Amino acid sequence: MLLFASPILFLIILGMNLLFVSYRPPQRVNQLIMSSIGDASFLNPILAQDSASSEINSLVYNGLIKYDRDLQEFVGVLAESWKVEQGKEPRITFFLRRGIRWHDGKEFTAYDVKFTYDKIMDEKTNTVRRSDYELVKEAEVLAPHTFRVTYKQPFSPGLGTWSMGIIPKHLLEHEEINTTSFNRRPVGTGPFRFVEWVTDEKIVVEANPDYFEGKPHLDRIIYRIIPETSLSEMELLTKGIDYYGVLPHQFRRMSEVPFLNVYTQPVFSYTYIGYNLKNPLFQDRRVRQAFTHAVNREELVQYVLYGFGEVISGPFPSHLWYYNPNVKPFPYDLRKARQLLSEAGWKDSDGDGILDKDGMPFRFKLITNSGNEIRRDVGVLVQRQLRELGVDVTFETYEWSIFLKNFINARHFDACILGWSLSPDPDDYMIWHSSQIEKGFNFVSYQNPEADRLWEKGRKEYDVANRKRIYWRIHELIAEDQPYTFLYMPLGISALQRKFFLKGKDSEGREAMSEIKMEKAGLMYDLIRWYVPQKAVLER
Amino acid sequence: MARYLVRRLLYTLITLVGISIISWVIITQAPGSPIAITLDPKVSPKIVEQMEKNYDLDKPIYQQYFLWLKRLFTGNLYSFKDGRPVLDKIGERIWNTLLLNFVSILIIFSLAIPLGIFSARKQYTFFDNLGTFGAYLGISIPSFWLAYLLILGTVKLFGYPVLGMRSFVTEEFSSLEIVMDRLWHLMLPSIILAIGGIAALSRYTRSSMLEVIRQDYVRTAKAKGLPEETVYYKHALRNALLPIVTLFGFLIPGLIGGSIIMETVFSWPGIGRLAYQAVLARDYPVVMTINTISAVLVLIGNFTADMLYAIVDPRIRYQ
Repeated sequence: MLLFASPILFLIILGMNLLFVSYRPPQRVNQLIMSSIGDASFLNPILAQDSASSEINSLVYNGLIKYDRDLQEFVGVLAESWKVEQGKEPRITFFLRRGIRWHDGKEFTAYDVKFTYDKIMDEKTNTVRRSDYELVKEAEVLAPHTFRVTYKQPFSPGLGTWSMGIIPKHLLEHEEINTTSFNRRPVGTGPFRFVEWVTDEKIVVEANPDYFEGKPHLDRIIYRIIPETSLSEMELLTKGIDYYGVLPHQFRRMSEVPFLNVYTQPVFSYTYIGYNLKNPLFQDRRVRQAFTHAVNREELVQYVLYGFGEVISGPFPSHLWYYNPNVKPFPYDLRKARQLLSEAGWKDSDGDGILDKDGMPFRFKLITNSGNEIRRDVGVLVQRQLRELGVDVTFETYEWSIFLKNFINARHFDACILGWSLSPDPDDYMIWHSSQIEKGFNFVSYQNPEADRLWEKGRKEYDVANRKRIYWRIHELIAEDQPYTFLYMPLGISALQRKFFLKGKDSEGREAMSEIKMEKAGLMYDLIRWYVPQKAVLER
Repeated sequence: MARYLVRRLLYTLITLVGISIISWVIITQAPGSPIAITLDPKVSPKIVEQMEKNYDLDKPIYQQYFLWLKRLFTGNLYSFKDGRPVLDKIGERIWNTLLLNFVSILIIFSLAIPLGIFSARKQYTFFDNLGTFGAYLGISIPSFWLAYLLILGTVKLFGYPVLGMRSFVTEEFSSLEIVMDRLWHLMLPSIILAIGGIAALSRYTRSSMLEVIRQDYVRTAKAKGLPEETVYYKHALRNALLPIVTLFGFLIPGLIGGSIIMETVFSWPGIGRLAYQAVLARDYPVVMTINTISAVLVLIGNFTADMLYAIVDPRIRYQ
């Protein structure tokens, strides 16, 4: 009868366990728990490429400067101030804050900045950041707290690249940067200190008591690695995580949960249909314009993004200063589209329902990468919408690396659905300038001499008002040429447990508590002022 | 026997080299590259070329293979993804995977064998039919789907986190509570991993047992007046379990590779998830090393199975 002991033992253990989880010990919660789909790779800002690593690096490290909450100007972080000297070879001089210490107690100086720059420029370092500094002629330390960088030519996006996290010279000088164990237990100057990293489970950072802007109010921040988005949702509901980037289809459920605040915000990316302008089908601008008129983009946003997106008219995110609000998106107008196509010579002369010109029917292949359900749905809808116009579209998806190698980089496609993720600076020279047709990212082969000149001018101009004029004009030109059909810019949605507040001073200098607000620079812009009120600290 | 062992070992080694060469070719020739996987306008193509050089991806494929082999054996093999030694990455997770699979195998054997025996003794009764039905259900239900249902159910019912290896904030816990917490996190994934195995193994035991109890010696034992319990559990069971013992050999590769899906569903930091992520990121050193380890385990498993046959069944002899 011993044989039946094992099932009974099993049941006993199971029962004890169920008892335990229904009783649930209390937990301390003056902390923020976030989730990430993938584990981090390098907790070293010059090597990291993935979003998990970058998020943690932004807590542990500081740059010299950072964007302000409206993503328009810069504010100093490690640099107290800086001076830009314009000219043929412009110079930026950074005056660093004194008395800032690395988490191990050593003082931060300009030699650390120089070291960071040198490591990025070293070809042995496996970093993609080097592109940002290609136009730098010289970087030098003038005094222990003064750092100067000289550019080969005027390059206004250059300033923004100094928001790059700075790494400590004294710990990395004699290390092999690509493989050093420092990349797993980082030391920075940021508001949070690294505590531990349990592979594929969690990364913990705690408040840095010596932070130069004051100790953060949260005790610590924990990143949990949860590889499935639907599971993150469940963890949010059991309060296993506090913050989570919600997918459009989860929004309704989340906004009904009483203990959650749900925020929305435009993100720096847009989705488009790119036409290969080397293909004779798309060389006529009227054809491209007709397509944009024929694609019902409001419908795409409604059905594919559940309404969480915005139709845009050009190549910039609509909430930032360089987006030209006077350029309106083309309205959905089939009649206009048909008219434009017939002006371009496309008519249904044989009555088979497909437009033709010189005996050639209007047929082409629309492609995108597989694994992205949103792009797949967009493709199917676009295919149907263009069919109404009398254009025969075949739609196919390919695995990402094949898609890039055989189609996009080989310039071997008719039209593709893709998206760009951008940075706050408007300099998209790499995407649109005609010099980037051969090997760069202008794979649609867009060429417009006026736009080329403006892209060149925009990256040489330091004055924000002048830049704004330049990019508004570029926006007009590209919207007119329609090398892409700009589809939409998605809205990011995030859910946060209601227990968090901002601690600050009110107008009379008393301590005050306010709601956390969504800034253009993100929900976490004021993270060091977040806190959990005392009565909510112990929670079952 | 000794000669057989040596010959067998030699064949195994040759097979292993073959496997590693073939998988090297397949893995590195598959489309995609560890570097050019992003479309980022801030990264110039020059940089991608330089990085390929740093990772030796510009060398001919056979040189890359030997480099991998050399680095593996000198301990200089680093992952492309995070620059850590590959053996460290595997080492820190292998115990998690072993624990999960070991517990699930424990559950399989401790539940399936009693279940199978009981079904055989009560053949065609209500209980037996229920067992048959349950077994077919257990084999045919997709385990990831069942896992989601169970996670949803337990979360709704208990509101206690189930993902990962442990809860995240345990500093207010006593040591008993920590043990319970770990056990709870281990429970769901290992039960789900075990379900298919329980279903299959209990059927196996049942039919094997049925075959044995119809044999003459069992009838003889009953006829000479031995108590039923002794007949079943002492005489019949020993012979009925013979084929099952050999199954142990085949379980060895399953210890590592059997839980890729459940590791992903339950955020279990194990080797299967590492392999899966490495494939997606084209992290060749990691993929190849895990591949080789599982090849070794499969070969050891086959070998053990063959040996066990010879040990438990005296009729089999190897020359």
